[in-house]
Amino acid sequence: MVKIKATNLSKKFNERLIFKDVRFELQSRQSLVVTGQNGSGKTTLIRIISGLLSPTEGKLVFIKDNQEIELQQIFAFIGLVGPYLQLYNNLTAMENLVFFSKIRGLGTNKSKILELTKQMGLAGRELDYVKNYSSGMIQRLKFVFALLHEPPILLVDEPTSNLDEKGVEIVYGLLNKQMEDKILIVATNNPEESRFGQTHIHVGL
Amino acid sequence: MVKRTFMLVYNSLIVFQKDVQLEFRTRFSINAIILFAITTLTAISFSVGPAKLDITILSALLWIILFFSAMTGLSHIFVREEEQQTADTLRLVTSPLAVFLGKWLFNVVLLFALEIIIVPLFFILMNTSGGNSNLLLMVLFLGSLGLSTVSTIIAAIISQASARGALFAVLAFPISLPIIITSIHGTRLALEGNSVSTGFSDLQILISFFIVILTVSILTFEFIWKSN
Repeated sequence: MVKIKATNLSKKFNERLIFKDVRFELQSRQSLVVTGQNGSGKTTLIRIISGLLSPTEGKLVFIKDNQEIELQQIFAFIGLVGPYLQLYNNLTAMENLVFFSKIRGLGTNKSKILELTKQMGLAGRELDYVKNYSSGMIQRLKFVFALLHEPPILLVDEPTSNLDEKGVEIVYGLLNKQMEDKILIVATNNPEESRFGQTHIHVGL
Repeated sequence: MVKRTFMLVYNSLIVFQKDVQLEFRTRFSINAIILFAITTLTAISFSVGPAKLDITILSALLWIILFFSAMTGLSHIFVREEEQQTADTLRLVTSPLAVFLGKWLFNVVLLFALEIIIVPLFFILMNTSGGNSNLLLMVLFLGSLGLSTVSTIIAAIISQASARGALFAVLAFPISLPIIITSIHGTRLALEGNSVSTGFSDLQILISFFIVILTVSILTFEFIWKSN
C-alpha cells in the first residue's frame, strides 16, 4: 500500500507566488485531478510531486507499508507523462525504452516493451527513430516510458495532448486501469478528464 | 549497501553506454574536439616550420591544445540533455550520482581518445621525441583525469545557464589552472628525459587535485542537478 501526503505546499518563483497551502492525501485506488487556468501552477505542482522541483514551503511524504520512502528512492515509485519530458530523438523507440528499462533495474525487458507498445498502438514502429515520430506517437511513447516499471503512482500532465481519437481512447483506458489499484494524479483543463479524479484541486491564487 | 553500490556502478555504466551510443550517432563532441585539436596543431606546425622549439614551449603548446579541445567538446555532455529536454527524464529514472559518474566516464574516455590521436601527431609534427615516456604517460593520464573532471562539473553548472558557450571556458579556466601548470611542468620534465622520481611531486599534485575535484564534484552535483 503506497500513500502520498502533501501538507501546505507552496511555490514561489523569485518573488512571485504560484500557489500556496496545497494539501492532499492519497493512497492506492485513489485519484486526484488538478485543474486551474494556464499559468496557475498545475505543471509546477506535478513537477513538485514527481520530485523534479522542490516546494518553497510545505512537505511531501511518500509512504510504503507505513514506512517513509527515502527521497533517493522515489523515482522507482513514480511514472510521469508530461509535455516537458522528452525522450532521446537520436535513439530508436526501442533503444530509448531498453535504456530506461535497464536503468530502472528491469533488465532489457523486451517482452514488456513490446506488450506496452502494442497496447499504445505503436506496434511495428519500435525500431523507428524518435525524431521520425509524430507528436501524437511521441505522446503514446511517453506512456510506455511511464508505465514500464508498473509504478504505483502515475502522474499525467495533459494526458491527451496531441493525441487522435484512437489515442485518447487508449489513454482513457489506461487511466481507468491505473485507478483500479494504484494512485493516479492528472493535471488537465479538459472537463472530460475531470472524471478521473475522486479528489479535485483547483490551483491558482 | 553492497547492492546500492552495485546499482550505482551499473546505472553509471548504462548512462555512459547511452551517451556513447548517442555520440556515435550525432558526433557532436567528437567532431568538435578532434577538428579543434587538428586545426590548432596544424596551424602551430605550419607557423613553427622546420625550427625545433624549446621543450618548455612544446609542453605548454601540448597542454594548450588539450585544454582548449576539452573546452570545445566536453561541455556538450550536459548541455545536450538540457537543450533536448531529456534532463528531466533522466532526473526521473536514476540517482544524480549515477548520472554524474556516467557522464564523467564519458568525458574521460573522450579525452583519452583524443590524446591517442593528438599526442603522437604532436610529436611527429613538432619533430621531437617523447623523452621519458613513462613519466609523460603518467602526467598525461593524471592531467586528463583532472581536466575531464573539471569539465564535467563545470558543464553541469553551465547547462543551467543561458550564456553557455562563453561561461564554460571562463569558469573552467581558473579551476583548471593548477592542472595545466603542473601538467606543463611534468611534461617538460618528461621531455627532458628526467626520471619518474624527479617528476614525482608533479604527479602527487595531479593525484591530489584529481581526488579533491572529484570529491567536491560528487558532493555538489546533486545540488547542481536539482537546482531548479
